[in-house]
Amino acid sequence: MIKEIALIIVSVVFVNNFVLAKFLGLCPFLGVSQKTSSAIGMGAAVTFVMTLSSAITWIVYNFVLLPGDANIIAKVFPSIRELGLIEVLKTISYILVIATLVQLVEMMLRKMAPALYESLGIYLPLITTNCAVLGVALLNTTDSPKHLGFLQATVQGFGAGIGFMVAMLLMSGIRERLALVNIPPSLRGVPIAFICTGLMALAFLGFSGMVQ
Amino acid sequence: MAEQNNLKEFTKGIFQYNPMFVLVLGICPSLAVTTSVKNGLAMGGAATFVLVCSNFIISIVRSFIPREIRIPCFIVVIAAFVTMVELLMKAYLPPELNASLGIFIPLIVVNCIIMYRAESFAYKNKPFASVLDGAGLGLGWTLSLCLVSSIREIAGSGTLFGLKVSESYQPASVMIMAPGAFIVLGLLLGFFNWRKLRKSEKSMKTVMKND
Repeated sequence: MIKEIALIIVSVVFVNNFVLAKFLGLCPFLGVSQKTSSAIGMGAAVTFVMTLSSAITWIVYNFVLLPGDANIIAKVFPSIRELGLIEVLKTISYILVIATLVQLVEMMLRKMAPALYESLGIYLPLITTNCAVLGVALLNTTDSPKHLGFLQATVQGFGAGIGFMVAMLLMSGIRERLALVNIPPSLRGVPIAFICTGLMALAFLGFSGMVQ
Repeated sequence: MAEQNNLKEFTKGIFQYNPMFVLVLGICPSLAVTTSVKNGLAMGGAATFVLVCSNFIISIVRSFIPREIRIPCFIVVIAAFVTMVELLMKAYLPPELNASLGIFIPLIVVNCIIMYRAESFAYKNKPFASVLDGAGLGLGWTLSLCLVSSIREIAGSGTLFGLKVSESYQPASVMIMAPGAFIVLGLLLGFFNWRKLRKSEKSMKTVMKND
């Protein structure tokens, strides 16, 4: 059990890192990675939202969308039992769960850590449109190669958040150095950030094959 | 005059507001699906459809949406069209194309370009102008996807649209993997920046000459 969980975490943090191998969550990755402190804050907020949303979307998927006897809606409308609602409702239901959670995190941060709330600025409500959050929900449920249990799905969500934070931390370290270097004017800003990300992704490619 | 304005709403999305190279929005799908030109075209088409339809609907109902809850309303409209496009693609496109686009079709719902146009254009403008704006930006994005994906497909698998480019070329498969995507886009952005800088330098010089 513990071995399996450790395997999932190593897999999503290093081998299939969401930012560097799966291209998910690039907008906040490039937008908030200027300073290490805000990178940590953003990473923590995203990890929190990802863990919770993985848990809740797993419940929604298994008890509302999936056809079968466990479906709650099928108890009222019997025709749902065979068809399920995966195709029609997955996008809408998942995005609503995530939007609600982000609102909750925003309210909590404003009360508990006002300084962090200020420094995250526009990127906090934008976690809703962070494709890594919706991406992990989809990869846990509909697009998963095999059916994941509740614990596995939640751990995968948590691990993906940690992977996002690791990538952001590394990037913020690089960008703090980049500010002091003389870069050709046409590559300044976003282009050089992309090239550095590419080199980081190349380094992370070395982990591939570690976990099946 | 009105016709000229309409044309401008359409063409601004291709050059002046090009989503990929000028606004640098919607990067995640731009990198993930550009492994071959076919994927790039399919993704661009799907996103353009969603962009045009959501712009149209949001612009029609814009006076009924209260400012405070506009973002959830936009998301629901966009999600509805994304679901439609996903079902349509599953029905009419070859299964391997659907498999290679994977989760990036449902992820159109969180594509920043669509949200950005809903918020900054469709919520403030008339339906017809919004449709043109959506079509222009969608076309601009599709063209940039084609540019990136053709570079990556030629360098990474030595083909274009599945046809072999040259017999002697040994493909560098790193280009169709993650690192290649980041580096190609970084260099392309650098190239467009360089052109812009050179143009502004030139215009500076002519101004100085005239003085």
